[in-house]
Amino acid sequence: MIKINNLHASIDGKKILKGLNLTVNAGEVHAIMGPNGAGKSTLSSVLAGREEYEVTEGSVDFNGIDLLELSTEDRAREGLFLAFQYPIEIPGVSNVNFLRTAMNEIREYKGLDPISAKDFMTMVREKSALVELDSKLASRAVNEGFSGGEKKRNEIFQMAMLEPKLAILDETDSGLDIDALRIVANGVNQLKSAQNATIVITHYQRLLDYIIPDFVHVLFDGRIVKTGTKELAVELEEKGYDWIKDEFSTVG
Amino acid sequence: MNSQQLDEMEMPTQTSKLNQFRTNFKEGNLSFDPSLRILSRSVLENSDFPTTRNESWKYTRLTKLSQLSLTTTEKINSPISVPLKSPYVISIVNGNIIDLPTIQGVSISRLSDCSEKQLELVCKNVSIENDVFHALNTLYIKDGILIEIQENQQINDAIQLIFETQESSIFCPIRIIIVGKKSSKAHFFQHFSGKGTGLTLPVFEYFIEQNAHLSLDKIQLENDESFHISTDQVYQERDSFFKINTITLSGKLIRNNLNILVNGENCETNLNGTYLLGDGQLVDNHTVVDHLKPNCNSNELYKGVLNGKSIGVFNGKVFVRPDAQKINAFQSNANVLLSEDASMNSKPELEIYADDVKCSHGSTTGQMDEEAIFYLRTRGISDRSARALMTQAFIGDVLNQIENEEIVDYVQSKLVELHDWVI
Ligand SMILES: Nc1ncnc2c1ncn2[C@@H]1O[C@H](COP(=O)(O)OP(=O)(O)OP(=O)(O)O)[C@@H](O)[C@H]1O
Ligand SMILES: [Mg+2]
Repeated sequence: MIKINNLHASIDGKKILKGLNLTVNAGEVHAIMGPNGAGKSTLSSVLAGREEYEVTEGSVDFNGIDLLELSTEDRAREGLFLAFQYPIEIPGVSNVNFLRTAMNEIREYKGLDPISAKDFMTMVREKSALVELDSKLASRAVNEGFSGGEKKRNEIFQMAMLEPKLAILDETDSGLDIDALRIVANGVNQLKSAQNATIVITHYQRLLDYIIPDFVHVLFDGRIVKTGTKELAVELEEKGYDWIKDEFSTVG
Repeated sequence: MNSQQLDEMEMPTQTSKLNQFRTNFKEGNLSFDPSLRILSRSVLENSDFPTTRNESWKYTRLTKLSQLSLTTTEKINSPISVPLKSPYVISIVNGNIIDLPTIQGVSISRLSDCSEKQLELVCKNVSIENDVFHALNTLYIKDGILIEIQENQQINDAIQLIFETQESSIFCPIRIIIVGKKSSKAHFFQHFSGKGTGLTLPVFEYFIEQNAHLSLDKIQLENDESFHISTDQVYQERDSFFKINTITLSGKLIRNNLNILVNGENCETNLNGTYLLGDGQLVDNHTVVDHLKPNCNSNELYKGVLNGKSIGVFNGKVFVRPDAQKINAFQSNANVLLSEDASMNSKPELEIYADDVKCSHGSTTGQMDEEAIFYLRTRGISDRSARALMTQAFIGDVLNQIENEEIVDYVQSKLVELHDWVI
């Protein structure tokens, strides 16, 4: 699915990613944990193609394509999806309207005809039910006046609509109560298949009770420094990151 | 000696640009008060095109306009295109009135057929002294139209006023007087389009009588070379309602003067506008709402999107006179600049002489929200469509003020054509 090799990236001259390696195969769920400021959101931004970041070294292969060569929209059209840590509000742009535009541009890219209005609305109903997002919210302006939890559910709703190959969920669980967490996780699990993959970035082991990861990685100081299974997440939550810091801090 | 120097030598030095500009025009002979014609003539003889030193033309240069050599014409060529289905169509081609419909409950006549008494409405609130364009219009109109919505009549279909320029280098002054008699209701649709360079110079005078309701959608779809200077002079009596939506889609230089005198209690006044400018375009909206009487509401919302090397001007004055207590007056102008070469000059002005009023005004000019663009692109939307969606969202609250669905669809379709909108 994706093979990130020795990725280095910086912003405003500050090095954030410092030789990151990660391989994710179809059908897998990977969790990335790590202290604040480690570079987790930077990784998702770089993969999504945020232009402020400069990739100085390394490569990213996405299903045989050089991901870093593609524009942000083409990455999405190739099947990459990012659920933002902080979804923004876009007043005046209706959720379903922009999703239909997105879906049709993706279809056009793949040489498919536009989706019919009827099929689209059926899909909106189905997928908003999946994440228990009020269908009124689905047709309102993007995230405008949404609560924190509603914004996160809206991200998963969009993911469900666009059916990506690889979804990166950046702290989608942060700030959610248990009910909302269950709903979001449920959405993710139902969309899981042998053909797609998910990367969940999280601080909390409790998410991983709902979304069972195949691998847990520790991102620290711009690199993946440790990889394990679900048990690693438990250990991290218990012990914190100090032991990792002691082990891997680069001096000077 | 080149030809230009020759021209200059042959011209008496005191000949102003304005005098030169009007050499080919012939005075009209409508039988309104002759003193108006005398005054117009004297204004034109004694002044010139306003320069940017003139406060109300500070950002709008008329040099290019003043250099045009224009004539009037009686020619009418191809049939005109009418945007709406409504059968009530008044068309004005190259400044000539071509046909007037019969509408139940409305009396429509050419000014050339009006009595002197009816013509007393001409320039009732339009001042000629300080405005050469009003003087030009008054002196050179060959004809005009008086439209009176009769008392208690409600006209459901839009009355379409279609202005089309089919020739290049022509001067089209026209006067339209609209009277909404007591307790009447009507909706007007004005549409301006055409080809070639020229000056379209319409002056509209509205008299909205007691308890009357008049709304108006003005669509400006002029071409890349055309100049358009229009005045809408509105007079509201008590309990009346007026609403105008000015949608400027294209044109080289467009100046809209909108002056509203609210001279009665319990009136509602709505003025909205949007302008989408591309390279080389200038749009200047000058509005005045003058509250003379208490207990009225006015709402003003203008929003603009400027691309390429374009210039936007907004000047909105709201006066609340000493006796006009309990006025709610809101005004807002917001702009998005899409390019570094675009510039916006926005000046909201409130002058309040009463103490018990609620007024607010605001003006903002900013850039496109790049975070939002990125968000939309991560969903597979192209940069171009993302910008179109954002633009659409930005001016959406102005477009939502258009109540007639057919007009909304028409405007949307033009936006798709002109600006690649995605709908
Ligand atoms: N524009 C910028 N200029 C300089 N440094 C920046 C900029 N943007 C982010 N950073 C820094 O990059 C580092 C990585 O930030 P990032 O958001 O990727 O961390 P994170 O692992 O997602 O943290 P969190 O767990 O808090 O979400 C941080 O030290 C942050 O301050
Ligand atoms: Mg983060």
